[in-house]
Amino acid sequence: METAKKRVLTGNKAMAEAISQEMERDPNVFVLGEDIGKYGGIFGSTQGLIEKFGPERVLDTPISETAFIGAAIGAAAEGMRPIAELMFVDFFGVCMDQIYNHMAKIPYMSGGNVKLPMVLMTAVGGGYRDAGQHSQTLYATFAHMPGMKVVAPSNPYDLKGMMVSAIRDDNPVVFMFHKSLQGLGWMEQLDAAVDNVPEDSYTVPLNKAKVVREGKDVTIVGIQMMTHYAVEAAERLAQEGIEAEVIDLRSLAPIDKDTIIESVKKTHRLLIVDEDYLSYGMTAEVSAIIAEEAFFEMEAPISRLAIPDVPIPYSGVLEDFVIPGPNKIYEQVKKMMAEA
Amino acid sequence: MFEEKQPAVSMEKMVWMYEQMVKIRYYEDQMAEVYMEGKTPVFNIGAGTVPGEMHLATGQEPAAVGICVHLTKDDTVTAPHRPHHHAIAKGVDLKKMTAEIFGKETGLGKGKGGHMHLFDPEVKFSCGGIVGAGIPHAVGAAMTSKMKGKDWVAVAFIGEGAANAGAFHESLNLAAVWNLPLIVVVEDNSYGISVPKKSSTSVESNDLRASAYGIAGAYVKDNDPIAMYKVAEEAVSRARNGQGPTIIEIETYRFLGHFQGDPELYRDQTEVPGLRQMDPLLKLRKMLAESESINETDLETMEKRAKQEVDEAYQFARDSSYPDPESALKDVFSS
Repeated sequence: METAKKRVLTGNKAMAEAISQEMERDPNVFVLGEDIGKYGGIFGSTQGLIEKFGPERVLDTPISETAFIGAAIGAAAEGMRPIAELMFVDFFGVCMDQIYNHMAKIPYMSGGNVKLPMVLMTAVGGGYRDAGQHSQTLYATFAHMPGMKVVAPSNPYDLKGMMVSAIRDDNPVVFMFHKSLQGLGWMEQLDAAVDNVPEDSYTVPLNKAKVVREGKDVTIVGIQMMTHYAVEAAERLAQEGIEAEVIDLRSLAPIDKDTIIESVKKTHRLLIVDEDYLSYGMTAEVSAIIAEEAFFEMEAPISRLAIPDVPIPYSGVLEDFVIPGPNKIYEQVKKMMAEA
Repeated sequence: MFEEKQPAVSMEKMVWMYEQMVKIRYYEDQMAEVYMEGKTPVFNIGAGTVPGEMHLATGQEPAAVGICVHLTKDDTVTAPHRPHHHAIAKGVDLKKMTAEIFGKETGLGKGKGGHMHLFDPEVKFSCGGIVGAGIPHAVGAAMTSKMKGKDWVAVAFIGEGAANAGAFHESLNLAAVWNLPLIVVVEDNSYGISVPKKSSTSVESNDLRASAYGIAGAYVKDNDPIAMYKVAEEAVSRARNGQGPTIIEIETYRFLGHFQGDPELYRDQTEVPGLRQMDPLLKLRKMLAESESINETDLETMEKRAKQEVDEAYQFARDSSYPDPESALKDVFSS
């Protein structure tokens, strides 16, 4: 009998605990970025680290992303295991050369002789009225380019386990955490931002999607907030006798084709939901996989929901119109079921 | 106290600066209140009349008014994520600006931009949410001025944290090489969010970096609008006369957090009350009140007028409608 109460953490504390435990385990691990010291990270993912490890291993940087992400690359090449934080993924513009011409390519161009065991962690996502330069996810922008593992966990358990895996991985890992799932006191309080998280260290693989709800009628593939919205929609659909299977993609690169194909073989219908732009995005990639590898399993056309190729607008009515939510997912599935 | 009792600044200009500072201060005070509407008892950044991040400029007025007093509609201003004081001093349409911050269809960007992304081409004003990004845009405006043979100048306002971004170096070198009418105003409010200047910046003040580009640099201490006026007058004159760019750094005070809701655990609790003791608005008022050419009634009339303009802007924003949701799909391309 388990008598001990289960331990509960918010997303940000789960991440900070993963980093802390890895820093204890391996002296090569260190963190650098803007406001990650005393402030504990704008989205709380480095809370308590500077108190524990000091400013030599938890480095507040100037607003100089090219310099500190480039420096992380240089240190990783020397065998260190840096974790660099890009405060908002939207800020990638000022440092993308370091990220995709160097971090992503040096291991390959060196014929595998140079390893870059580093993590680039960054906050993604909208829904809190922060407009076009602070609300994107840019999942596909990063996943499109070879040479980086790109992950986007959706709950505190995975945030911890996948962060541990990311730090231990010998490849550059872009670790995207969703602002709304950090459990921060100044954002909307979501149940999904709190979860049971074991204290002992554990790993979650960086290449496996997860079926978070089983169903037989339709498969919904989501990621981060979209997974939670898909589950919400699925529960409503269940009341009307439609059983949706929901897959949390978790990892964009590499993408877990098998889990999606296996589900589609069962449901024969597929809706893909993304908080990134529609064109050339994750929804297109998943569609292509199914079109190529499970075309004859399908009983209805593949359906997609994503940001309709506009920047994220500021005003609430506009933002809610472009970011998919539970209602849109529900309606889309109803439409798919009616057509088939 | 400000550096001179009787500065070589006309009363008319001083009064203009004071009125703008009153307007800015009152605007930001109102915004701080409105921002909390719908965010109590539980604070949620995405909720309320004005959602999203909110960076207020309370205490930083001198930087904006001290240089904008020398500018015309033809001169360009680019501003960062904390843009209200610059926008007001540059003469941005206050009603449309407020409506934009409220997310209304009558706003400068029809509700698409919000507080960090205000664009008013009528007075050549823009701002943005990416640190340092406005500097090269000002370089472009300065290039245009030169290519068209005009005497227009371009002013890029940045925080002291932005001086460590690559865009600062690249832009200033380019402006120097091309001898452009560019002025970069660095507002040193001591912090890049939580990181103190001394742990992020290799020099005491960023005007010292001017020598790296072979251009002029000037420093304004004590958040002094009159000293800013004088330094800016020289910089603008240099720019208009084809004598190239200037970096001005002004020591200024951030009375509030980086954003509304910032717990500010990184600074001593006595710091802000200390800064408030040196409030530039009160200092300038005292100076004007002591002068012979303006009396208390004049000052009060002016203050009332400034506040009324702000009140009308907020009312306009409240009365305006939210945009049609489907309008989110428009304006990606011009038609």
